[in-house]
Amino acid sequence: MSNNESMNRVRAGLARRYATERRFRMYGVLAILMSLFFLVLLFTTIIGNGYTAFLQTHIKLDITFDQALLDPSGKGDLAEISRTGDFNGVVKAALREAFPEVTKRGDRKSLYNLASGGAGFELRDMLMADPSLMGKTVSVWLTADDEIDMFMKGHIDRDVPEDDRRVKDLTIEWVDRLLAEDRLEKQFNTTFFTAGDSRDAEQSGIWGAAVGSFYTLIVTLLLSFPIGVAAAIYLEEFAPTNRFTDFIEVNINNLAAVPSIVFGLLGLAVFISFFGMPRSAPLVGGLVLTLMTLPTIIIASRAALKSVPPSIREAALGIGASKMQMVFHHVLPLAMPGMLTGAIIGMAQALGESAPLLMIGMVAFIVDIPGGVFDPSTVLPVQIYLWADSPERAFVERTSAAIMVLLAFLVVMNALAVMLRKRFEKRW
Amino acid sequence: MKTKSLILAAAVTATFSVNAAARDYVSIVGSSTVYPFATVVAEQFGKTSEYKTPKIESTGSGGGLKLFCAGVGVQHPDITNSSRRIKKSEFDQCQANGVKDVVEVKVGYDGIAVANAKSAPRFELSRKDIFLALAKQVPGDKEGELIDNPYTTWKQVNASLPDIKIEVLGPPPTSGTRDAFAELAMEGGCKKIEWIAAMKKTDKKAYKAVCHTVREDGAYIEAGENDNLIVQKLVANPNALGVFGFSFLEENGDKVQGSLIDGKEPAFESIADGSYPVSRPLFFYVKKAHVDSVPGIRGYVAEFTSEKAWGDEGYLSDRGLIPMPKEERAKFAKDAADMSPLSM
Repeated sequence: MSNNESMNRVRAGLARRYATERRFRMYGVLAILMSLFFLVLLFTTIIGNGYTAFLQTHIKLDITFDQALLDPSGKGDLAEISRTGDFNGVVKAALREAFPEVTKRGDRKSLYNLASGGAGFELRDMLMADPSLMGKTVSVWLTADDEIDMFMKGHIDRDVPEDDRRVKDLTIEWVDRLLAEDRLEKQFNTTFFTAGDSRDAEQSGIWGAAVGSFYTLIVTLLLSFPIGVAAAIYLEEFAPTNRFTDFIEVNINNLAAVPSIVFGLLGLAVFISFFGMPRSAPLVGGLVLTLMTLPTIIIASRAALKSVPPSIREAALGIGASKMQMVFHHVLPLAMPGMLTGAIIGMAQALGESAPLLMIGMVAFIVDIPGGVFDPSTVLPVQIYLWADSPERAFVERTSAAIMVLLAFLVVMNALAVMLRKRFEKRW
Repeated sequence: MKTKSLILAAAVTATFSVNAAARDYVSIVGSSTVYPFATVVAEQFGKTSEYKTPKIESTGSGGGLKLFCAGVGVQHPDITNSSRRIKKSEFDQCQANGVKDVVEVKVGYDGIAVANAKSAPRFELSRKDIFLALAKQVPGDKEGELIDNPYTTWKQVNASLPDIKIEVLGPPPTSGTRDAFAELAMEGGCKKIEWIAAMKKTDKKAYKAVCHTVREDGAYIEAGENDNLIVQKLVANPNALGVFGFSFLEENGDKVQGSLIDGKEPAFESIADGSYPVSRPLFFYVKKAHVDSVPGIRGYVAEFTSEKAWGDEGYLSDRGLIPMPKEERAKFAKDAADMSPLSM
């Protein structure tokens, strides 16, 4: 074959080869565009549904802290007032005063529904913080009912026939009047970030679930990081290579692929039934998630140890360090950023997990903010699941808002992992 | 290393010490249908008493009774909610595990709605239509013959129904709503066919299999336990019907409408007076052995059985619970206050 001939053959195939390459690049770009499209779709639906939950409709009422209703005995004992005082009666009196023309019993009932069922408790907290309010009249912004809130946010359409609408014509008339008097407005929803769960959408918040997630993750981190790193160091640096360690290695890799619900069943059988630990406690949740994240951390830690070049080890041993000194003084510090990255990714995985917690009773209605690892509590993904299943319409936007909060936490954790790697990683 | 082992040792001792410690909150499990009502009561109770708010898990009726009957002691729940009555077998299980005295409290009724989107005309169904449209096997031309369900449109089932494809979104078999739907709507229609009704006496198992088995050829779509999702799907598909609890119908009255069943509309009044055929009673069961050891059980039960909660004008009726008649309420409130145990 002459030189010329082979050049001709190359040239003849050249166009086809370029086309193949262009096609391949196009596939890649398409794949990326498609994932971006779904990501954008996900974010727009979640943010579109949920951003309104960060604002909550409030209603301004002239509240009289009437001693006859709150402290009929007149003793001024705060503990007793807090328990027996008719704070809802105070809210009702204020509403009657604002709309004196409403006298029919049925209409009065819908009038009382303008304010949240929990408005009385807001007043109670106010009075407990400042007992000198007793007997005084003050203008107070109270949380409005969730249906008024839905109406204000346009989720209830006033053009629908009255019978099919949760908010009736009379109520709309009141709402319009309150709006005209600047007594109704949307304010930043602090309740959402400070309260526990509630069946009144306007009184519910994610703080309880966030604290539950925090305790669960603390238990997970305290257990899985030391155990995972210790296992990785032993397997990588000290363990002999034989059938037994191979067997362990295969099993660890297998465990990483086990569906998480299986760990929940294991937790139920071992921690709750056998050890008798309390149901719904972050301690048990943390233990179960530890089992789930351990393989991830062990595998990441071993990879980090492997990436430390042997020359470091040899140099340390060469100047007389013991094997243990070599590991703890030289190899471990260099491998630490990789291990931390693995741990953070494992934690992010654990934060988003709800299936194994179902088995150990953490899918529950819990109002009180948990105060420790033994208190009953729930976690963020479970809270999302529970709200998504609630009949009240106002929970739809809260579900999306809770998803946004969870996503924010995940983004922060993953960013932290990337930052640690960028900052401390050494390239050889 | 020393501190680490100290932490571990502390964690282990703490773990075993809680074992002996008492529980200071009420632990409740059970039906997902009773869950939205029980949670409201629990929250009210927690806010207005000096006790902690009870913890409520939604495990389903069967799962709840299983946990409830597992034994006496702080690691077992105090109360279980149920959307059906306790079965004899479950009661025996309770007895066998030392849960001797169980107090039964009926709390009210719940209706199951068969609904479609507001944009489509309202359906008027009979229970027989429901059975014929959704059963796996239906009676053939000859008496005593069962054939695989051949119907694909509602018109084929009943000439007065519209000519659209049978498409029903409903809960999966794990749900109590599905059990109640099979028992009340499907079996109710199934009984209307005489020779099948006669089978009940001769071969109860076969009778149940015929009446309760839902077809699996795609006409009945299992839409998961999330009723909100079913409502959304109905709005998107005006030809489909959905099966879900009455409280979801009431909450979404602007989007979906309940079909008439045997001429009755699913409404507060018709469920309360018992004329709407697809409704069922709801219960909760209290473990008497726990009443004096776990604080707050008495208070929670008293809150649930108070007129301001389950009465005609009570806050539970605002959430879609259908109250019992006054005399029945008085009877169950008294039983609950006395903690009179159930015998079976």
